[in-house]
Amino acid sequence: MLKINNLHVSVADKPILKGLTLDVPAGEVHAVMGPNGAGKSTLGYSLSGRPGYEVTDGSASWNGIDLLDIEPAERAAAGLFLSFQYPIEIPGVPAMTFIRTALNAQKRARGEDEVSAPAFLKLVKAASQSLKMDFDMLKRPLNVGFSGGEKKRMEILQMALLEPSLLILDETDSGLDIDALRIVADGVNAMRSPERSMLVITHYQRLLDYIKPDRVHVLAGGRIVASGGPELAHELEAEGYDKFLPEAA
Amino acid sequence: MKALARLDLTDAATFPSRRVEEWKYSDLKRFLREAPELSGTAVVGAPGPFYDLGGDAIVFANGRPVGVKDYIASGDQTLRLRFISDATGTGHTASARIVARPGARLLLLETHEGKGSAYVAHNKVEIDVASDAEVTRIVLTDEPDDAISVAEAEVKLEAGGRYRQIIVATGAKLQRLETRLRHEAEGADARVDGIYLLGGSRHADLTSVIDHVGPNGTTSQLIKGVVRDEARGVFQGKILVQKGADDTDARMGHHGLITSERGEIDVKPELIIYADEVQCAHGATVGTLDESALFYMQQRGISADEARALLTQAFLIEVVDRIEHEGAREVVREWLTARL
Ligand SMILES: Nc1ncnc2c1ncn2[C@@H]1O[C@H](COP(=O)(O)OP(=O)(O)OP(=O)(O)O)[C@@H](O)[C@H]1O
Ligand SMILES: [Mg+2]
Repeated sequence: MLKINNLHVSVADKPILKGLTLDVPAGEVHAVMGPNGAGKSTLGYSLSGRPGYEVTDGSASWNGIDLLDIEPAERAAAGLFLSFQYPIEIPGVPAMTFIRTALNAQKRARGEDEVSAPAFLKLVKAASQSLKMDFDMLKRPLNVGFSGGEKKRMEILQMALLEPSLLILDETDSGLDIDALRIVADGVNAMRSPERSMLVITHYQRLLDYIKPDRVHVLAGGRIVASGGPELAHELEAEGYDKFLPEAA
Repeated sequence: MKALARLDLTDAATFPSRRVEEWKYSDLKRFLREAPELSGTAVVGAPGPFYDLGGDAIVFANGRPVGVKDYIASGDQTLRLRFISDATGTGHTASARIVARPGARLLLLETHEGKGSAYVAHNKVEIDVASDAEVTRIVLTDEPDDAISVAEAEVKLEAGGRYRQIIVATGAKLQRLETRLRHEAEGADARVDGIYLLGGSRHADLTSVIDHVGPNGTTSQLIKGVVRDEARGVFQGKILVQKGADDTDARMGHHGLITSERGEIDVKPELIIYADEVQCAHGATVGTLDESALFYMQQRGISADEARALLTQAFLIEVVDRIEHEGAREVVREWLTARL
């Protein structure tokens, strides 16, 4: 279970998260919605340990592991995967080399056997096929010159191969065409399991038609200000965030 | 310009200080005030990184030739040129002369292999590339961080001669690898590449002077370097296109990465052109490793050190990929990867 309690995070000395509390039990999918600049990406970055995101108070743990106490790579080995809102370009490192390096680094950290090059090739071929990705793209430097949608698919491909247990999807739906949205959602749904927890950050109800959340949370002003069932997303789509903004409170 | 006295380790008056323009980033006098005592004999130990590529060998141990010190290539040949230093606090000078006869193809694999400490090495090589001959010179350096090491190469290219060079420098207390190359006659083609990869308080200086005398020559130069810790990388690249060297095509590029607060890179590109119809270009950048890329890689489970190594390798490998000889390219790639 993911347990976040009273999390305070500052960026460049400016408080962004101001006492965020949220639990995602194992096996559940929770959606996080909220206005631009509310701190949704900040939540993903601080859970994964991005430099510059300073946790000033509160706690966050995954299956009893104190996330805030370990290095970003250790968090990944512990199962955390953040699908970036804006995936980063890695010049000079072919996508395939990158993913294999990451997978084997995680396996080493967990004391598991590494995956051989031929075995990995098989895994990648199968995964890229099910995401309807051109295999040649995997020979290019990761994300360099990829379109916005291609970058998002590449995130999901990495997720499928790394098999994380705690998934944070930051606006994975933005930039995807209608077919890609369905393919990506299928990829995410295929990963649902009783051990996995998912946090799905999105602006659009439409994604939640494909990835059905157990709970929906509203993040505004650096805190969770409302939580409910899937119907909350429909309500937000119809009425916007006005009543959750500090002025309305 | 004031002519420079030739460096002579036995005469401290020839040691340049930073007041000499060509040595302003590598103040030899500061580290070496007096002529060092002459090094004693040394034993040639391990076979060196290029052993598996075979061929002939010229070996200097503390400046003393172990066998021949001159070499003439007339066919398709491989020569390992090994400058071995194993001394403590003393100095030595070696000089080799290499000739590639018309039409010859020589793969010259040069290593500066250092053991011991605080030695001063001065290694010189003259290379004559006759008309339509080809020489590929690959230089790897592996020296202690308290050594002083100056290597000078003097290259002459005759008509239609081809020359390919890559120096991979890992530095020393002060390490200078100088190349002086002359396009003596028409239509010669030179590539003068380099890599420096420096940590600790190491210093490496890649200096080259390319002189186009004959017309229709081409020079292409790509230098890439990475400095960590308090290391310092220097690249001074001068290209002279003399009167009459018309239709010269000369391109020079330097790209450096500084991955620490106290690392330093000094770059001085110079293009001096007296001829007509000349194509010349140079570009220089110095940057840092992309922090967001480093974080992204760590988020996927790659440790901070491995992420830095991977990005550094990706940055430098472009230069290694320019080595045409496959076997040599693989040796350099592995040698470099082991040092990231
Ligand atoms: N370096 C910085 N200095 C100051 N403020 C910053 C810095 N980086 C981020 N912020 C601010 O933090 C706030 C939260 O940003 P965040 O990216 O978490 O928002 P978000 O909820 O993901 O928004 P969106 O829906 O647009 O993706 C924003 O107001 C942003 O401007
Ligand atoms: Mg965001």
